[in-house]
Order: sequence, then structure tokens, then C-alpha cells
Amino acid sequence: MESSAGRAATVEFDHVTKTYGVVATKAKAGTPGAVNDLSLSIPAGKICVLVGPSGCGKTTSLKMVNRLIEPTSGRILLDGVDAAGRELTELRRGIGYVIQQTGLFPHQTIVENVGTVPRLLGWPAARVRARSEELLGLVGLDPAKYARRFPSELSGGERQRVGVARALAADPPIMLMDEPFGAVDPIVRERLQDEFLRLQEELAKTILFVTHDIDEAIKMGDLVAVFQLGGRLAQFGSPAELLASPASDFVARFVGADRGLKRLALSRVADLNLRPAPTAVAGSDAGEARRRGLAASFRFLLLTDAANRPLGWIDARHLPESGALTEAMANPTSPFINKRTTLKDALSMLLDGDVQVGIVTDRTGAVQGLVTVDMIAERMREGHKAPAYLVDAPEGASAE
Amino acid sequence: MDLINWFLDPVNWQGAAGIPNRLFEHISMSGAALLTAGLIGLPIGLFIGHSGRFANTVINLANIGRAIPSYAVLVIILPISLQFSPEYGLNVIPTFLAMTLLAIPPILVTTYAGIREVDRDLVEAARGMGLRERQILGRLEIPLATPVIVGGFRTATLQVIATATIGAVIGGGGLGRFIVDGFSNPSLPAQFYAGVILVAGLAIGMDLLLSLVQRRITPRALRGPLDRWAGPAEQPSPASD
Amino acid sequence: MQPGQPLIDFSWIGDHFGQIAMRIGQHLELTILPVAIGFVIALILSIWAVRQPLVYGPITLVTGVLYTIPSLAAFAVLTPITGLSLLSALIPLVTYTLLILVRSIVAGFRGVPPDVLEAAEGMGYTSTQRLIRVEFPLAVPMMITGLRLATVSAIGLATVASIIGGDTFGGLGQLITEGLQTYFPTKYLLGALLSIVLAVGADIFFVQVERLITPWARNPGRTV
Repeated sequence: MESSAGRAATVEFDHVTKTYGVVATKAKAGTPGAVNDLSLSIPAGKICVLVGPSGCGKTTSLKMVNRLIEPTSGRILLDGVDAAGRELTELRRGIGYVIQQTGLFPHQTIVENVGTVPRLLGWPAARVRARSEELLGLVGLDPAKYARRFPSELSGGERQRVGVARALAADPPIMLMDEPFGAVDPIVRERLQDEFLRLQEELAKTILFVTHDIDEAIKMGDLVAVFQLGGRLAQFGSPAELLASPASDFVARFVGADRGLKRLALSRVADLNLRPAPTAVAGSDAGEARRRGLAASFRFLLLTDAANRPLGWIDARHLPESGALTEAMANPTSPFINKRTTLKDALSMLLDGDVQVGIVTDRTGAVQGLVTVDMIAERMREGHKAPAYLVDAPEGASAE
Repeated sequence: MDLINWFLDPVNWQGAAGIPNRLFEHISMSGAALLTAGLIGLPIGLFIGHSGRFANTVINLANIGRAIPSYAVLVIILPISLQFSPEYGLNVIPTFLAMTLLAIPPILVTTYAGIREVDRDLVEAARGMGLRERQILGRLEIPLATPVIVGGFRTATLQVIATATIGAVIGGGGLGRFIVDGFSNPSLPAQFYAGVILVAGLAIGMDLLLSLVQRRITPRALRGPLDRWAGPAEQPSPASD
Repeated sequence: MQPGQPLIDFSWIGDHFGQIAMRIGQHLELTILPVAIGFVIALILSIWAVRQPLVYGPITLVTGVLYTIPSLAAFAVLTPITGLSLLSALIPLVTYTLLILVRSIVAGFRGVPPDVLEAAEGMGYTSTQRLIRVEFPLAVPMMITGLRLATVSAIGLATVASIIGGDTFGGLGQLITEGLQTYFPTKYLLGALLSIVLAVGADIFFVQVERLITPWARNPGRTV
């Protein structure tokens, strides 16, 4: 098979079954780790999250892709080619593999660890070195600081980054990740997730990601495959689909009773029709502002600086008849919310500040408009409208 | 064969040079040495294990002590004990002293290790609940460390039995006499072999016994799958017998 | 020992320097040779035991039983069979070092973290590559520990060998035994002291080697 490095590959499960035990019939329901007639098609360049309770077969399914576990029946096709037909180590060197405990080699330095697969592939030493350092930079670890250290000297989060860098080293078309962020604390986990998503925007690899955390699945996945005990696929679709129309009781329960809230995590403030903000620039005439404010139903004006950055609210009733507007007159009570913030986080910020209104800003800090709790609640009540930027429903999924 | 005849000969079962007496000598010396070594090694091990003070120095010294050949220890003590007591200075005393000294390091080191292995968080929790240091040691650390400590005694026992065997060279009693005497008496090879069998038998028997004790004494919750009887519990020490 | 005779006769030491040096040399031979041979055999046995878990049980059992037997007895058994020669000293010596080394080497291999093995396999190492590039280096610290214990044991065992072997094996043990037989403290004390120096020296040497060879274990990780 010619090198597909750099390109992403498609992954397809074709009636894959894994049973443990002598008789290779359909798996008994509840046999931990078994997989039952899994058929699933993952388009290239997307993140597919395999999620489900313990023992549901998600990790088993993942490991059948690089054949750490061999299927009892069925085929796994990578770019249309049956994985079983490929030579084992050649197959594995073409698939990035990240596990929860990282599995970094303790006796090698960080840079040696990252260069493992390229070395196996026979790349010249200089190229291995250059690539390893490039990847360390990519995952946020300064090569000058980290290259010569040993894994035991790093923190959990740093080790996970090295694990990801190592998996990316040979630029594989497919990545397998088994609860990669599970062993770190929630703050580090969130950072790792965000950075990984940013990385994926650049690299666009086909990624199979296993987790037991439904929130992580919804956040990370372009597509989510929900497994239930017994190794069966309960539902396969986009996160929005899962939340809006769970296919069964199990999926509904697994997704959680707060589905509505979870859907808020899928939309961003920028998706809303923002309420325009009545603004007044600092230094302009106070009397004019006063007249404007009193004329409108909403008596408050948003004071901004010359670059349209918000300074605070002014009550028009308290403005003087004349003179210039100064910053001292403003009351900065409302939170400033970046327009890329998810609705869930925005709602959280408004509730924390105990206010109804938040000021939406862009990357430069300039005012974009206003968002209110009501607007967000309205969005929550809306039907199954999926936000515009998610992909269309994928083909080739069979729920059981 | 001669060997069987030797065992069947009643002469060999009587008197000072008979099997029972030699066995008794061997066991009693071993027991006494173990007891003494335990009385010294256990408290020190418990102390440095629990408090952590002086641990580095003591453990380093003990480990170096384990490296020392027993024959050498025996032989160095000899002239000293002869100075003090010309009659008994030979035979029993140097052997006993050597056995005791050589048994202290394994007991000490394993006791320390056993106490150290107890989860520090557990100890802290106990302290936080208001247990006094002595209670923590007695109710928590010692019970949890018991299997390891008994393992240390197993090692020490083998060490002591082996040293006693060598003690026969300088005139001490015990089963080693059969080997040494039998060797210098080429017309009686059976005695030589008998000594070997007896010594080996004693060692294996004691180890087996202690391994059963170790299992019994382990709090049920800590028992792993049935341990194969596989020799001394901890890493082999330089049993430089 | 005659009354009035000093404990250590230094003039004797000066006179017999050559003999003493020869004994030390013999002793080193009795140590290094069994340890080297034992290591090679132990390595092969250990890799086999690790690859075939079924073999591990019996090997441990047998080595365990043999280990409990006091060495004087072990030496004693073999000498009449093989005759008094270097071989009859080597067999029990090699056996003892073998026991210690197999234990340590197997422990070393078993101590390799399973996630490291899984990652290596998942990334595409063949099992030979995995053995050589991952398992072996990580087992080295334990091997060094085993070598340390084996060497120190061998030094002690070699002293005992002379009890049975008389002047065939030589070594410092012979100085000791001869000294005892002739009631000459200088000789046996010297033999004892030298053997202690050798043993402790070897112990310290290997501790340093272990420290040097494992740079990755030197800095424990941070907790953040």
C-alpha cells in the first residue's frame, strides 16, 4: 500500500464481531469487552468518538483497528483495504496510537520517545530529530526545555502531550486514542481537549477516540458512536442528533437528563441574533447621550472607548445636561463574553454575575452586541435545529 | 548403600555425636541467635521505619553488613572471644555471636521495608483521627507489615542455619560436624553425606514451616493467590554463608 | 595461639606478599567466572521464563528450593562426585549465582510497565525489537542489582569452598582455613579481612554502576 501519510484515511467496520470463549457465536449480552456485529463508517478527516459504559466493547473495537485484538468475524477496512490482509507491523506503524497511561518509554528522553516510529521506519537521524522537535512545538512543549528530559520528570499533562506528539510523528492517516485525557485533572483535561481540537483543525486526521465521558464525546466528536453493554451500537450520529433525537431509552439516559443544556454547548454566542447595543463613545457629548437614552425604552447606554471596546453601563437619567462622557460615569456590571464562547458557558457567566445581559465582544474586544438569558433560553427551546457549522448527517451508520 | 546403613545404625542416634544431639545443638543455637537478632533488629527496624529518622544511614550500613561473608565474621570473632574466655571461647560463643550478627541485617532491612510499604496516606489518616504514634505502629503498621517481616525472618533463619553449619569448622557443634568430621575421615563417607542431607533437610523444612506461618499470619484481606512455596520471600540476599 | 604472640604478625604479611596476592587472584577467579557464566545462563533462562509463563513456576520452585540449602552442604555434595578440582567449586558457585540472577532478571522483565509494552506493540515494534529496545533496557537496573547480590554471594561462597576443597580451590578461604588449622591468627584474620574488603568493595561498586546506568530514574516526577 502506497504511503498515505499526510492524507486522512476512511475507516469502516463491516459486521465486526469479537467473542471471547471457545464457541464463536454471537456474544452473550453483557460479556465484557465483546463486540457484536458492529458496522460503522467513518469519513476521512473526522473525529469519531466511541462512547459507552464500562465493558461495552468500545476499547475492544478500537484495538481491532490496529489488530492488537483480532476480530472473530467481520472486516475492518482502512481506505477500503482489509486491515487483516496487511502486514502487522507495517499496519501499526501507519496508525498513531495514544493510550491513557501514555506508555512513554521511561529509559528514553522525550525527543527519543517522540521519534520512535520514524526511527522504526528507517528515517535518517537528522530528519527524525527535526520532526520530533517540530512536533513538540506543535503540542505546546518547548523543545529546548523538554527534548532531553525523561518522562519521569514531566507532569501528567505534559506526558500526555508527548504521547500525542509521538503518535503524530510519522504523520499517520489514522489515529487511535484510548481515553487519552482520562488520567489528568479536569482543568488540564479541558486545556488538552481544546488544544487538540485546534491541532485537528490544522491536521484533519481521521481519529477514533474512546471515552466513557459523554460530555467529552459531545465536545470532541464530529461523529459519536454510542455503545451499549453487549458490544452493540446504540446510535451513531452527530452530537446534535444524539442530543436532539436519542434513538433509544438507553441513549437518552446515557446522554443525560440535561440534554437541553448539553445542546447549548454545541452552539456559540456568535450563532445567535445578537441584540444591538446602544453605545456612546467616551469623550462625546453627555447631553446628547442623555437625550438619546431617555428617548429609548431601555434607559441604559453602553459606554465604549474609541476602538469600540466596552467600558460599562451608563444610566441616562444620571447623566448631566452637558459636558463630556467620562469613564468614571460608567458602571461595569455586565460580563464581557467573547463571541466564540459556547452558549452553555455564556449562560453560566450570566448566572454567575447575577445579571440578565452580557456584552458580546470579538477577538479585539470590540462590542458586537448584547446577549440575554432569555435569548439563550429561547434557543434551548428551539426544536432540532442544528447549528450551521456542523457537517451534514454522515452516511453508512446502522444502529444495531 | 552405606548411607542407609549409617542412618539405621543406632550408634548414630545416641550420645553427644548422635543425630538428635547435633540436631538439638543446631536448632537451639539457631533459635537463640534468631531471638537475639530479632530483639535487636526488630525494634530498630520499627523505629526507623515508622519515624524515618536515621533511616538512610542505618539501612546503608545494614546492606553493607549483608554483603559480608559469614565465614569471615566467624573467624574474626574467634580471637576476640578467645581473649575473653579461653575455655568456651572456641565452639559455641563465636558461632553464636556470628550467627546473631549476621541475622540482624535481614531482619532490620525487611522490617524497615515492611513498615515503609504501608501507605503513608493511611498513616496520616490514622494520625488525623487521633491515634497516638504507638497506636499507629501497633494497630496499623505492624499488622500490615507482618508478612514482609516474617519474610525477613525466613531469610534470617536460612542465614543462621547456614552459619551454624560453618561453625562446625571452628569446633562448634551442630549438624555441620557430620560434614566436617565426615570429610576428614575418608573411610566414612556416609557420615559426610548424611550431614549434607540433614542440613539440607533442616533448612528446607524450616523454610517451609515459616512460609506456612507467613501465610497464616497474613491478615486475610492481604492474602494473594496461593503463594507457591518459592523460597525466601524477598529478593535473595547475599546469603554469603 | 601462644600467649604473648601478637594477634597480627605484620612481618609475616610482608614476607608472604606474593602468596597473599595469589590468593586474592584465585578468589577473584572464583568470583568473576561463576558470575559471568551464571549471568549468561540466567539471561537465557529468564527470557524463556518470561516468554513462557508456564515455565516460570517450576523454575522459581526449583531455584527456591536449591537456594535454601546452606552452601557448605551444597559444596560438600558435589566434591566427591566431580572430584576435587576447579570444576567442583564452579558447579555450586554457578548454581548459586544462577539462582540469584534468574530471580532478579525475571523480576526486571516483569517490572516493565504493561502500558509501555502495549504502546510498543501498538506502535509497530516486532516482538524481538520490543525485547531488545524496550524490555531489556528497562530490566537492566534489576539485572545490576542481581549482579551485585550474586557477586557478593560468590565472594562469600568462595571462602566456604576451601573448607571442603582444601588447597585445590585456593582463594582467601584457604588462608582462613590454613590459619585455623595452624592456630595462626595472622593468616586467618588477614583472609577474613581481605574477603570482607572484597565483598563490601564489590557491593559499593555495583551500587554506583546502578546509579550511573539509570539516568531516567534519578529525577522523580512533579505532581502537577
